[in-house]
Amino acid sequence: MSTTATEKVTLERGRYQGESVPRKEDRRLLEGQGSFVDDIRRHAMGYVHFVRSPYAHASILSIDVGPALELEGVFGTLTGGEVAIATDPFFQIASPPGAHVKDYALAVGKVRYAGEPVVAVVAATRELARDAADVVEVDYEPLPVLVDARAARNDDAPVLHDDAGGNLSWEGVYEWGDLDQAFAEADRVVKIDELHFDRFNSTPLECDGALVEYDRGTEQWTIHSNNQFPGFAAIMMGPAMRVGLDRLRFVSQDIGGGFGNKITSHPQLVALCLLARKLKRPVQWTEWRTDFHQSMSHGNERWFHDVEVAVKADGTLLGFRCKALDDAGAFLRYEPLGGVIWAQVTPGLYRWQHVKVEFTQVMTNKAPVSPNRGYSRMQHLWLTERIIDIVASQLELDPVEIRKLNYIKTDEMPYTTPNGCVYDSGDYGRCLDIALELVGADTVDARRRDAEARGKLLGLGIGSTLDSGTNNFAQSRFINPELQFSGNNEVATVKLDIFGEVVVTLGTTPQGQGHETTAAQVVADTIGCTHEMVTVRAGHDSYWNSHAGFSGTYASQFAVTGLSAVKGAADQLADQMRRLAAVVLGTTPDGIVLAGGMATRADNPDAALPFMALGAIINANNAGLPPETEDITLNARYVYRPPFDVPDIEKKYGNLTLTYSTQIHACVVEIDRETGEVEIVDYAAVDDCGTRIHPQIVEGQVHGATAHAIGAALWETFHYDDDGQLLTANFYDYHVPHALDMPPIKTGSIESPSPFTPLGTKGMGEGGGGGIHCVCSAIQDALAGAGGAVVTDSHNPAERVWKMLQDPEASRAVVHVAST
Amino acid sequence: MSTEPVNEKLIAVQVNGESQEAVVESRRLLVHFIRDDCLLTGTHVGCDTGNCGACTVLVDGKAVKSCMMLAIQAEGTAIETVESLGGSDGELEALQQAFSDKHALQCGYCTPGMLMSAKHLLERNPNPTEAEVRKAIQGNICRCTGYVNIVDAILEAAEGSGS
Ligand code: FES
Ligand code: FES
Repeated sequence: MSTTATEKVTLERGRYQGESVPRKEDRRLLEGQGSFVDDIRRHAMGYVHFVRSPYAHASILSIDVGPALELEGVFGTLTGGEVAIATDPFFQIASPPGAHVKDYALAVGKVRYAGEPVVAVVAATRELARDAADVVEVDYEPLPVLVDARAARNDDAPVLHDDAGGNLSWEGVYEWGDLDQAFAEADRVVKIDELHFDRFNSTPLECDGALVEYDRGTEQWTIHSNNQFPGFAAIMMGPAMRVGLDRLRFVSQDIGGGFGNKITSHPQLVALCLLARKLKRPVQWTEWRTDFHQSMSHGNERWFHDVEVAVKADGTLLGFRCKALDDAGAFLRYEPLGGVIWAQVTPGLYRWQHVKVEFTQVMTNKAPVSPNRGYSRMQHLWLTERIIDIVASQLELDPVEIRKLNYIKTDEMPYTTPNGCVYDSGDYGRCLDIALELVGADTVDARRRDAEARGKLLGLGIGSTLDSGTNNFAQSRFINPELQFSGNNEVATVKLDIFGEVVVTLGTTPQGQGHETTAAQVVADTIGCTHEMVTVRAGHDSYWNSHAGFSGTYASQFAVTGLSAVKGAADQLADQMRRLAAVVLGTTPDGIVLAGGMATRADNPDAALPFMALGAIINANNAGLPPETEDITLNARYVYRPPFDVPDIEKKYGNLTLTYSTQIHACVVEIDRETGEVEIVDYAAVDDCGTRIHPQIVEGQVHGATAHAIGAALWETFHYDDDGQLLTANFYDYHVPHALDMPPIKTGSIESPSPFTPLGTKGMGEGGGGGIHCVCSAIQDALAGAGGAVVTDSHNPAERVWKMLQDPEASRAVVHVAST
Repeated sequence: MSTEPVNEKLIAVQVNGESQEAVVESRRLLVHFIRDDCLLTGTHVGCDTGNCGACTVLVDGKAVKSCMMLAIQAEGTAIETVESLGGSDGELEALQQAFSDKHALQCGYCTPGMLMSAKHLLERNPNPTEAEVRKAIQGNICRCTGYVNIVDAILEAAEGSGS
């Protein structure tokens, strides 16, 4: 059961914003009438199944699709050889050496991870497509396998991409402040040899899929898919397919969860486009769960080495330096952007001024990584939170006090971080107090004793994170100065139609975040009607003309980019409605009030026009309108562009995102001394995402992000054996939290409106992995009473905790403290 | 009796109160029969190992994962899917309404299976405890909600039923 502690709202807003009105999306989903990608059918469509590599690394000697083609009902196949002729390799974000990686829709010449698509087969039924895929003969010559990123640059390491001349995809040094000064000023230097952030992802319940049609007359593809960032997919696919983006129409409606994992399906979409054209029929592909696990969007696995922290004796943090080693898997589908995204939250929530990170990213024979809820910031924030707790335990400081001492303070906001990011607003200490109260931190000592009497170790942990949202895409130039990306944008249209219908289209691709509902709330408050009167078209369609280069739903931004676009369009529409009503009612636009679905003269309530009349006049009854109404269309399109500058690329300095939501999580765990089993007995998540349009939706996002984090901390891992075989390739072995696994979650919230966004909103929903940090923190606290092991991994299943109980020295050996 | 394997078979089932007869491939999963032959796409597929429960339907009143059953095994049964829920007046029924009120769905992909598992629970046990609710939906994965609001919604629907 959830308990909510919410502090007073601080901003005036309209009638609907701030209310948890019923979601517009719910009815169709509760009645089984949602339209998910696998629900779409076309006459004579073929079902696609991919033949996948059984090897993690192998040369492809030969492929024989003949046996498949002989089966009755098989429509055709596609091989890597055909792909290499019909398309160019995907554009690479990386500068050299990563820029030299050649990535196609299907494996060309060799395979680089187990589960990589090698051949696509199309048949009349799903079952037949699968059977036919089974009889495709592929001869492989296995090659040595690289699984451990730490070995990627050894002389004898197998090389995945000969074109890149090694396994390095990108490296760069980030340095801000004066590290020498920080370490000279320090009373203590805490060193941590190695930390490991594990590989997992959010595994949306619906896997990837698409139905692709090709119109031979217009040479245009319609791609019904659940890709969550069509703007990015289009930029990747158009050049590879050698066509303009006008030839790629993306359509989506309901999407069964995304969490970033549905951004990089462009290779499969290209394969489907080629098949639809080649076979002259619509083709449909729904990914199997095992295929998803083996090949789609793993989260970035990251190692941190030689972490050195400069601290004053009282716990004041001066700075830190470390080496980060990121494991990108076999291809760079969105990477190496993970090499810069973390920098959005460089100092975490803390005031340290001197930071140096030597970042290296390598490729290994594992599934390609791509954004995953909390993308790249989560890994870095885990580092900062681990540092805090390890420093606290080494210096015998209170983990709460050291946080409060070093947190950036409310009166310092907007706060410019050492790397030029501008934290817009927040009150970290207040959030922490609420979280501690919710988990009953003041009674922890008594509960510890009680637990000990039951053979358990009890610990309290804190995770304090930021969810940075609304990217300034110029940060990609830190990775590759040649890139021509910067800023961000999102589009919305709002129109008033003949019978008074208010219709909104968005460029976003919601996956459960309730965009239809919150957009309707903003429009209703702006033009003066009820939210029920506003129809928001579900999903995304390139034909709506409400999309731009960065359209999509990713990276915690809808409440800023999407709703600001909606607000901008609604403001324009309201302005036009007032001007039109003024002409008809014989007054000035200022003298018109829009409310209750009517445009009314402020000085004469009897002089009023219903919205329907306004819509009818412009759309169907416009003869004789005076010239000053010429530009009134009652069909407004607005492109929201956040206020960004291009950062200093050389110094890697500038504001990388527009808003920074706060999450402070706290939990109490009990560890079974015999088994190492961790049970979360109390949990609280406190969130501050500025002004909330729909508090219930916000709380739902907090619950979901928390479940993902707890799963990652305790159960979920993409674990590979030495041959590069994924051992957790389905929901049997990859254990996501079920209802009985989840502890009770209490939530709390405050609202620190963003001064930088039109509605005071901030992006949210990713939660920065607050749960991973607080579980790690609580485990370490509990183990303090049994040998004092240090938590050095983000993933702590029972066997790892048991080992820490048996041999606490092993983990303690990675930490060293020097007095200076 | 013939021991020859049959590749397809005529089956007759009741789906949401309507008789359906179809020749299905012997290996066709019940979930694919429901989705692809009966065109009832509310029932979803979320895994290939019987772990996720997105495909849950009622077969003769019992909650069943329809990806774990062959269509031909359903011969002679009465099947209820999410599309059977709701009042004859077009209103949501209490359980669905409680899901909406409590924000127990985000993407809605798990929702049909959750509703059918919950319906089965409430029919057996109109007054469940929170632990009983969690146990009843233990076989249904939701990746969006952390289950908090789903559990609340089912408890509210039980309370609202006045039993
Ligand atoms: S699809 Fe049936 S249990 Fe997952
Ligand atoms: S609401 Fe998305 S999986 Fe449950």
